[in-house]
Amino acid sequence: MTKVFSQFISIVTPILLAPMLLGWVNQVRAWLANRSGAGIFQPYRMLHKLFNKDSVMASTASPLFRFVPYLMFGCMLLANAIIPTLSTDLPLASAADAIALVGLFALARIFISLAAMDIGTAFGTMGARREMLVGFLAEPALLTVLFSASLIGQSTSLTTIVEAVAHKHFAIYPSLVFAGMAFILVFLAENSRVPVDNPATHLELTMIHEALILEYSGRHLALMEWTASLKLFAYSTLGIALFLPWGIAQKATPSSLLVALPSLALKLTLIGVVLAVVETFSAKLRIFRVPEFLATAFLLGVIGMLTHILLGT
Amino acid sequence: MTTLSIQLVNLFAAFLLMLAFAMLAQRRVLSLVNLYALQGLTVVAATTVVAHVTHQQHLYYSAGLTLALKVCFIPWILHRLIKRLNVRWDVETLINIPSTMLVGIVLVVFAFNLALPISKLSSSVVPGTLGIALACVLLSFMMMITRSKALPQVIGFLAMENALFFAATSATYGMPMVVELGIALDVLVGVFILGVFLFQISEQFESLDIHHLENLKED
Repeated sequence: MTKVFSQFISIVTPILLAPMLLGWVNQVRAWLANRSGAGIFQPYRMLHKLFNKDSVMASTASPLFRFVPYLMFGCMLLANAIIPTLSTDLPLASAADAIALVGLFALARIFISLAAMDIGTAFGTMGARREMLVGFLAEPALLTVLFSASLIGQSTSLTTIVEAVAHKHFAIYPSLVFAGMAFILVFLAENSRVPVDNPATHLELTMIHEALILEYSGRHLALMEWTASLKLFAYSTLGIALFLPWGIAQKATPSSLLVALPSLALKLTLIGVVLAVVETFSAKLRIFRVPEFLATAFLLGVIGMLTHILLGT
Repeated sequence: MTTLSIQLVNLFAAFLLMLAFAMLAQRRVLSLVNLYALQGLTVVAATTVVAHVTHQQHLYYSAGLTLALKVCFIPWILHRLIKRLNVRWDVETLINIPSTMLVGIVLVVFAFNLALPISKLSSSVVPGTLGIALACVLLSFMMMITRSKALPQVIGFLAMENALFFAATSATYGMPMVVELGIALDVLVGVFILGVFLFQISEQFESLDIHHLENLKED
């Protein structure tokens, strides 16, 4: 029973909190730019507005186009369900390990690119190509990060990794320094944040994520926006699980959730601030520099694994 | 307590390797100097921890010497040099950074393999760091090879000296005090002489590109 409860909590929490995380990042960005900002609940208002609007379909749209938002939402939900956010006692986590998680992200990426090309507009096709470029460079980097962490936990299961780092005796892992740096770079690239893509602009020739969802409207657009915030949440909690796992409970009893929930909120707040600061202080890269950016991430991940093998800690 | 200190030294070694890669990828001369100062600071921190664990008095002195020389004095000289030569905003065009980095990975693997049997013989508390120090030396070497301007080459030379110092500290608890003083003095004099050289090169050719030095006569 407690297993089911813990799984239930770990699915409901991301759905409810993900838009707030996005709102918090935008709010801090606004503060840093000397603007007052729209508040952390703005994404909820946005979703409410979009769900109440009619959805308009292009006449050339195939059934795939209509089906993709639901698939994307399902993918990100499942990704959030197997990442230990509040407790490591997840029944679903034994079904999918870290490699399957990367596979889930890849599945979502392929379908959003297909949907963007489905209409046949120039922007959609361009966005799809760029998304695939960023994706195929970011994926191996993410895998090396996960492998670095797996070497410590002796398993690719995320719950085992968290158990190994958080609940055994405290140790400093030099390999995680490299993996952490690589993860930050992949995080920025995969969530379309500033050095790679600007989430705040529409209709520019440099956009990636906005070009992909340009043809969606109404409830489909709402689902896509919600999916994007869920992806940000999934990456944030993945970062927490790999690098700052202290505070994640072993069993989802009410008393342990009392510790796990505030610590999660605190860590997400910190991540939001760090993300906003990084975005404010960096300029957008030229698209031809993106491979260099992600090659650096891959390199750091590989060195992380090598240092683990050499130093043996 | 001791295991934590050893892990701390390993952590600093990892930082050192990361900084070596950052220097390899850096295009701006000014950031390169700052990275060099940061590298010096990491070496100081690692030396202090090793001194604390092994209770070697002279390591504290050499850490202090490094702090004064390589974190404060030499970066200050380099900053002045950059100002005087007016190369502050110089951006260097390198041969394709990603491929340089990939060669860097191969160098790291090579260095780790090379150091593995040596570090097994070592009686030091932190045998694994020898491989990292060796990798840093090779990466600094590569930085000197791939750069076309004179100033980054000087910084590459200095970074190599940092890595060698770290290797000496981690593998054999540092060299005798006399040797260490001698090396510190050598580096200092080297920086002065190279500074004079840079002035001469830039006055002669109005640029710091060392390709100008390849011809014996002006055509």
